[in-house]
Amino acid sequence: MRFLKKIKNFFLILLLLNSQNLFSQGERFIHQERSLYTNIIVTENSERRCMRFTIAHHYGQNQSCQYLQEPEKLVFPYAKMVLSSLLIQDNPKKILILGLGGATLVHSYRALFPDVDITIVEIDEAVVRVAKEYFGFAEDSNTHVLAQDGRVYVKRAQLRGEKYDLVILDAFNGEYIPEHLLTQEFLKETSSLLSSEGLLVSNTFSTSRLYDAESATYASVFGDFFNVKMNGTGNRIIIVSPSGLPSENFMNERAMTLYPRLRRFGMDLRDFPILMDTNRDWNRNARLLTDQYSPANLLNN
Amino acid sequence: MHSPSRFLRNSLIFILTFTGGGIIMAIELLGGRILAPYFGSSVFVWGSIITVFMLSLSLGYLIGGRLSVNNPSLTRFGNFFIVGSLLLLPLILYGQSIMEEVFLRFEDPRYGSLLVSVLLFFLPTSILGMISPYSVRLLVTHGQHSGQIAGLLYFVSTLGSAIGTLGTSFYLVLWFDINVILGTLSLTLFMCGVLAMMIGRLSHL
Repeated sequence: MRFLKKIKNFFLILLLLNSQNLFSQGERFIHQERSLYTNIIVTENSERRCMRFTIAHHYGQNQSCQYLQEPEKLVFPYAKMVLSSLLIQDNPKKILILGLGGATLVHSYRALFPDVDITIVEIDEAVVRVAKEYFGFAEDSNTHVLAQDGRVYVKRAQLRGEKYDLVILDAFNGEYIPEHLLTQEFLKETSSLLSSEGLLVSNTFSTSRLYDAESATYASVFGDFFNVKMNGTGNRIIIVSPSGLPSENFMNERAMTLYPRLRRFGMDLRDFPILMDTNRDWNRNARLLTDQYSPANLLNN
Repeated sequence: MHSPSRFLRNSLIFILTFTGGGIIMAIELLGGRILAPYFGSSVFVWGSIITVFMLSLSLGYLIGGRLSVNNPSLTRFGNFFIVGSLLLLPLILYGQSIMEEVFLRFEDPRYGSLLVSVLLFFLPTSILGMISPYSVRLLVTHGQHSGQIAGLLYFVSTLGSAIGTLGTSFYLVLWFDINVILGTLSLTLFMCGVLAMMIGRLSHL
């Protein structure tokens, strides 16, 4: 009986594996590991290689993807939306990125600004290893990666008086953004790292049930910000500029001079000034997220 | 065992043990939230918290057992709850400044989180750990049933822990600020202590 059961299980697993292949259209698993924090799965099909943190494959679950033939071309709109912050700050000298993933943003900023100083903070050493092995990420004299919690890094950097022209919040676990990286206190700490012309750019989701609480929390700390959304993506990019938000005219002019440099990424910067929206389209009574109250992943379910 | 006051007294001990077990785990669960802003949510932060809870519980068991040898009473039992309640206050009132100080002095978040866990959780958890062994002593009348009663108390206390964990992680953090939850836990402990003392006085046991 036990033997029969084993055979049955074996076939069940086969069936499961097959159905997984069916749904993911010729996607192959090329690397899979369980790190201290998450599952890291690297898959590849004929055109692109992707990293994700959950076994189940739903649309939009990939953290990061790279085209095999043209690795510079950006697969996801969110990366283009982050780059559109160049309309406001076009010459960052020091960049801080929380969350490495497949290092998409690192590659893009490095390609645009060969001398820019980029610091990446990634909690999971395994993600760093996988990014190096499968996504062409490399450290050099201007690219530093630290394996630690982003909140702790920000607090230490604040003590050291470090300043950045661009801080990008891109830390995700398998579920959403870690809860202690969503609070008013964290946003204040992070904004204290900005130089006089510095920008805070945050990758979040417009489709999440946290949208109201998250937006209200950002507004409570920063006042107006650019809320960038695009058709065909659930991502929403928040661009905070403590030194003031530029006019649409200013951004249109800047787009005209900059767009040729960004074409290599498969984007037209001239499409973006119109997306820089300051309209507060969220429920303003949403409860603010603080270190005392941040049940982010519960709210998001 | 059969007089009504005896029944009241024993039920109360089970209820208090259940509550104590629940509160210990509710605090432990909140511990991760409390430390995250200073020490992150790296795996070693949970390592520090769990280590300190296990250490303080083990010490609490030892001391609680020892204290139960001579003249065990509901009044002293109630004292554990009241002292535990008061020892939660520094966590609520000064938790932030304590973490700030440790953060400034310890660069390595592993030792920072370990030290902060000791400072914030060691005393209250040790005191709350004394409840279980002490309640065994209060309930056991014949050696033959000691194992059975101890088993029943583990059952009740651990069930309380399970419910404390579930309730806190599923609902309380969704509804309330961390300090509001901690304050309520502290108040609950205090009332448990007062109740134990009152019943102890009434039943002269």
